[in-house]
Formats: sequence, C-alpha cells, structure tokens
Amino acid sequence: MKKVRLNIDGKDVEAKKGMTILEAARDAGIHIPTLCYHEKLAPYGACRFCTVEMSKNGKSRLVTSCVYNVEDGLVIKTDSPRVIKIRKMLVELMLASAPVLSELASQYGVDKPRFKSEVTQCILCGLCVRYCAEVKGANAITFVGRGVNRRIAFVDEVVSTGVCMDCRECFGICPTGKIPRETDGASFEGITVQDVLARTQSR
Amino acid sequence: MARLKSAADLEKARQKILSKRDPTKPCVTICSGTGCHALGSDKVYEALVSEISKNGLRRRVDLRRTGCHGFCERGPIIVIFPDEICYLGVKPEDVPEIISATLSGNRPIDRLLYEDGDGKKIAHEGEIPFYKYQRRMVFGSNRLIDPKNIDDYIALGGYSALGKVLFEMSPEEVLDTVKRANLRGRGGGGFPAGDKWETTRNTPGDIKYVIVNADEGDPGAFMDRSLLEGNPHSVLEGLIIGAYAIGSHEGFVYVRQEYPLAVSNLSLALSQARKYGLLGKNILGSGFDFDVTIHRGAGAFISGESSALMTAIEGMVGEPRPKYIRTAVSGVWERPSNLNNVETWANVPLIINRGADWFTSIGTDGSKGTKIFSLVGKVKNTGLVEVPMGMTLREIIYTIGGGIRQGRKFKAVQTGGPSGGCLPESLIDLPVDFDELTKADSMMGSGGMIVMDEDTCMVDVARYFLHFLADESCGKCVPCRTGLEQMVNILDRICEGEGETGDIELLEEISEVVREASLCALGQTAPNPVLSTTKYFRDEYEAHIEGKRCPAGVCKALISYYIDPDKCTACGICLRDCPVEAISGGKNLVHIIDQDKCTKCSTCFEVCPTRFSAVVKISGEPVPVAPPLGTKVARKKGKQE
Repeated sequence: MKKVRLNIDGKDVEAKKGMTILEAARDAGIHIPTLCYHEKLAPYGACRFCTVEMSKNGKSRLVTSCVYNVEDGLVIKTDSPRVIKIRKMLVELMLASAPVLSELASQYGVDKPRFKSEVTQCILCGLCVRYCAEVKGANAITFVGRGVNRRIAFVDEVVSTGVCMDCRECFGICPTGKIPRETDGASFEGITVQDVLARTQSR
Repeated sequence: MARLKSAADLEKARQKILSKRDPTKPCVTICSGTGCHALGSDKVYEALVSEISKNGLRRRVDLRRTGCHGFCERGPIIVIFPDEICYLGVKPEDVPEIISATLSGNRPIDRLLYEDGDGKKIAHEGEIPFYKYQRRMVFGSNRLIDPKNIDDYIALGGYSALGKVLFEMSPEEVLDTVKRANLRGRGGGGFPAGDKWETTRNTPGDIKYVIVNADEGDPGAFMDRSLLEGNPHSVLEGLIIGAYAIGSHEGFVYVRQEYPLAVSNLSLALSQARKYGLLGKNILGSGFDFDVTIHRGAGAFISGESSALMTAIEGMVGEPRPKYIRTAVSGVWERPSNLNNVETWANVPLIINRGADWFTSIGTDGSKGTKIFSLVGKVKNTGLVEVPMGMTLREIIYTIGGGIRQGRKFKAVQTGGPSGGCLPESLIDLPVDFDELTKADSMMGSGGMIVMDEDTCMVDVARYFLHFLADESCGKCVPCRTGLEQMVNILDRICEGEGETGDIELLEEISEVVREASLCALGQTAPNPVLSTTKYFRDEYEAHIEGKRCPAGVCKALISYYIDPDKCTACGICLRDCPVEAISGGKNLVHIIDQDKCTKCSTCFEVCPTRFSAVVKISGEPVPVAPPLGTKVARKKGKQE
C-alpha cells in the first residue's frame, strides 16, 4: 500500500493512501472531535464537527476530516482559531435542541446559549439509522421529513417483526442518549418499540 | 419519415421539409408556453382554428403553436409571418379581426400592437424594445418552431451539428471546441463545461453518463422550463453531442414533475428523435449508440445539487453526498457522470455549428456567449430575456425591461435565485457576468433577476429567501439545518419589531459558519441574501431594530394605518371595505380606525380615493390620537382643495 506523508498539528504523519484525514490523525494519536462518525460506518459528513483547516500549495481551506482523503504534503491544523470558531457555533446551534450537549458546549466556552429550538435531544447524526442499515441490515430506523422537520422514526413494518427487541444495539451508539438505555426499549417522539408492536399487531 | 441513415439523409430530409414549405405563405404562430397558456392562449388557438376554417383559409394559411417567446407579461402573443407582425394580449374575440384585417386585408390592428412610451405603435416583433436589444441565439428559435414537431427543428438546421460531429469530428475535436469556446455552466456555478466533460471522459470506466439538470427550482425562474418546453430538440442535440465527446451511451434528463408540459414535449421529442434515427442504436448510421431516460423529480429543491440529483436518480432520497469527489468522476452508481444544465446543453449545437471563435466573440473576457434571465418583479416588461454576457444591469432593467412599474423608484435587483444577493442602485451599471456578480457578493446562479422598488423591504426580502432555503434544506448537516433555522428566527423577530441590538452581528456570525461549514452549495450560499442586504441595506435593518420602523412600510408589526381627520370626507368606502370592521364612522362623521382591531391588511389605504388620500401609513412613530367618535368632517366630498 502506498504511503502518504502529511503534517497534522506540526507532527509529520505517515498514512495509507485512501485513508481520511480523521483516520490518519487518530492513528497518530491526534484527537479530532466527532459526533456522527463511527468506524464501522461509511463516513456521513453531517455534524461537520470534525472540520479542520487544511493547507495545500500555500492555500488554506476548511475541510471535513471524516471524508477528506489524505494527500502528500497536506498541512492540517485540527484546532486553529478558524476551526474552533466553527465548532463553537456548531455546538451552540446543536445545544438549542439538544441541551444534553451542555458539557461539550462548555468546553468550547458556550455557557449561555443564545438560541432556542424545540428540544428533541436528537442531533440527527444518523448513527442509529446508519448502524441499523449498514451493520445490522435491518433498516428499522429511518429519517423522515426535511430541513428543520427532519426526524428519526421507526419503520413500523420492520419493528413489528420483533428484530428491535432482540437487538437494541442502537441504544449504545446514540451520542446524546436520545435512545434511552433503559430496558423498556427505545423511544422516539414518545413512541416506544412496544407502542409500535402493539399498533402493528392489532391491524 | 424513414429512419435517417447518414448525414446526407438528414440533409435530404431537411430539403424535403423545406420544399413543402413556402416562406412567403402567411403563418400565424401563437405562443403556447406556460405564461401564455395561463393567460388563455388555448382559447385563442381554438378561435384561430375555427376562424381560419370558416374563412376557407386552411390551405392558404399555416397555423403553428410555438414555445415561449419570452414576453410573458403581454401574452397571449401572436406573431404573423412572413412580416413578423406581433400582437400582444390577444383574446379569442380579436381573432375574427386578425383574420379579416391582417391575413386577408394585410392591415395591422393598432390596438393589439406594442405601444412605446411616446404612443408610437410597433408592428414588428423584432422592433419592440423588449426584443430589440436582446441577442436571442439560444432562445430565439422558440418562436419559430412547434416543439411537438421535430420537422420544424430540422427545417431550421436542427441536428446538423450532430451530423457534423458524428461524421467530421473526432470526440477530441468536439471536446477541444467546447473548451476553446469557454462555455461555462449556466446552472449556477459557472464551471467550465469543457473541463467537466474532459474529467468524465478521462475517468476510466465502461459506463459513463451524461445528464441534463432540469430541476429548476428558483422562485421566479423559468428559463430552463421554457427552453425544454419550447425547443426540446436543441437540448437533446447538445446532450447527444456531449455524449459523443465524452464516450457515454446513456443519458438522463432530470426534470421536475411540476413541469408537465416540459415532460410531455421532451418525451415526444425523444420518441420522434428515435424514429428518425437521431437517438438510439447507430445514430445516423455512424455506429454511435446513445439513448436517454427521463427521470422526474419529486419536488425537492435540493435535488438540483449535483450529488443529490444523482442520489435521486439512483432511486433514493435526494440528499447531497459528503465526499470530496466530483460527480464527473463518481456520480450515478459511482460511475463518471457529467451533469450540465438545460441552457448549457442548448448552447452546444450552436458552438459546433458556428465555431468556438464565434462564441468567444460574444460576451466578456471570462464569460462567453449569452445568458437567459428571468426578468421579473417590479419591472414593466417581465419575461425571459437573452443578452450577451457583460450587458449592464441598467440596460437589462431599463432598456429591455422598460424600467420600474408605476413610476416608482428602483431599489435593488436580486440575482442568482434564492441564494443570490441583492444589488443596490449604486451597482446598476455593473456588467452582468459570472465574475462581476460574484465580486459584488451576488451570483449568476441560474439567471433569476428579481427587480425591487422602493416599496420593497429588504429585511423582509432576506427573510423570504431564508425561509425558502430553510424549508428546502435537506436537513442532513448541522450548519445548514440549524443555522438557517436560527437565522430565520432572528429575521422573523426583526420583522416583527422584536429585533435587538446585536442581531445584525449575530446574523453575520451564523452566516459565516453556515457558509464555511455546510456540506453542499445550498448551505454554503444560503447566507447570501442576508449578507448582501446587511452589507448594502444595513440602514434598513437598523431602522427595524433600533427605530422599530420599516422604511418601506411592509412589515406589518411595524406599521399602522391612521385616518387624517382633516382629509377624511366620510365617503364610507374604507368603512365598507374593511374586512374586520375596525373602522367606525357615519354620514359626515370622521372615520376612525380601531388600532386594536386593525389587521394592517392595507385595504383602507388602497381604497381611499387618491384625491382624498386620508388614510396614512405610519411606521416608527406613535399613531396620532384620533378625534372623538362623532366628530364632523371638515372637508366635503368632491370639493377639491
């Protein structure tokens, strides 16, 4: 496998061709924060929290490290002022609907959030949806709606087969705990797996 | 007609079509584009059919339903060839006179002609200022052909560029011509089409796709629609030529389901082209195979974004892909896929026929050829205009568009669709091309041009576009979904009189992150309406926030209506028309608006006769105390001061 040499936060790093900046950084022990990334899943690029500053041929731009592949000679800054400014705003924006992120937010100096939104505790990272589809092949959870109306929902037809009750692996993957870890099952929009089962079985 | 098996066959077919046509024979063309259709051109057409038949003129007069002519403001439009007499706003009841006076008597009908500002009548379509200063090389054929009849397109030389390419040029030569022409994408980004073609061509792979982006979704824009409806073969011919240059044998047209006429005219065009051997296996006997599938979009604006469009073609929800890889390299089913907009493709046959040098002789240094704009808003002549790149905003808005309606004052022009920017009067002499618009913090986009007058509130405009974009955001990435949500909230608050000091700066702060961190071009450009208005019209924001005043008198929460007791004649019109019964008064009694009941619908303001002008719109100042109920009017009806 061809090697690629790049510099991350002042450290010379060797990475395999085809790796992303995020993977190369993690291999080198450099931390880049993420919310929608999971090593078992295809990169999704939705939370934008892994944004880093990249310089190539003297030009610098912001890129999303979970989807940007390494190239020879890249100079990466994972915590430049530009990057921190972006992450700070992103976490402040997410905090409005997911107050559960307050600890993360305070790490970025966001203590008094300026925005309000409907509290769902869900940041729509899609980890549950993608894990269910890509790892389990079950497709029991999906996105519905568009834009601010985007939500996570169970697919009745799949849940009613009982797969969710045996699996529950999405519980542990949810970064905000929107999917409760209690034994009585998952709940979205106040609807539990049991509700869905009861509804579909009574048809 | 039989299947055409060579370029010579195509030329023979053209000669045959032309031999059956007499250029001196009168031909009545009626615009059947969407604008004229909405204004009743179907009824006019039916009247024409019946009158022509009633007068026994069926053999002596041709009748043709064409695509959009562009002057939609004044439809339904009829043009009578060979003299090109243009009638505007034609109604079915005008038809008998058109037949008797113009067709039989060779006399124009004055009242249906265009009248310029000095009262002079203009009979010839090309002399009407709206058309005269345009350069309609892409859009011009719309008025000459019936889009449902491939023969009309062939008669004008249609598919000759395809013949030339297949038999006289190598794919490399075609690519080189398009590159030298510096044709830039008309759909928004202005990326050089030739470079994109080359990328797809050079990417290894047996299967490559060429795609037409006809997912035009900008509010007020309809140029792609009108081209596809009015001249589908020009787009198709460009696509086949591109496929040949790229080495693609399968194409898609991604067209909005909301464009039923475009879908049906295009479907017909495809089947006619297949029948003629211009599409499918062994095109014109050249050995080149290529066919096209129509994919109808389900109505999401985001599906106009290239990677989202490709995801939608694959049958999934149209959402952009996060990867830093061009769709030209990895698009539909991860195969190299070259996507260009409708207008870009329609330029290709012209470039092949007339050469790259001809094309580059038109336009500016960086932007060659023409661009079609949807000129809409508060301008007198709305419609589609095609002008050379580099024409100034002033020429487009005043010379072609006829200036602002009702003598109002120009305030701004919004270019580039919802994520474009609003340019102020100080930039009215800006030459319109890709680079100049970008430099001015706006963009070419797909060519929307919305003219605004002094009665337009720029904060409200920014709010409108941000609402549109927030509604159309797919919601996948955080900055676009949540950033736009918060920007909309702030703009709503400002327009509702609840703006706070610091809101402008906060808008700009969020804008920067949405612009820099969003996944796709929708989010990256979405702050433009806000940033261009906070830059050029900051005083209006400040008036809303600090003075609780809407200078244009648009934002309802910041305006009040008041009846001036010295001017009121107690005519009773506003009292009668007020939908919420907020006005009290009686015979000879001053009318008074109950501010608590008033919904600020503006009806009283509009119906108060101008000779009285007693209803006053107020913003940013307290409503004067009304006289007690029962106060007699000082001024009598009909009495002029």
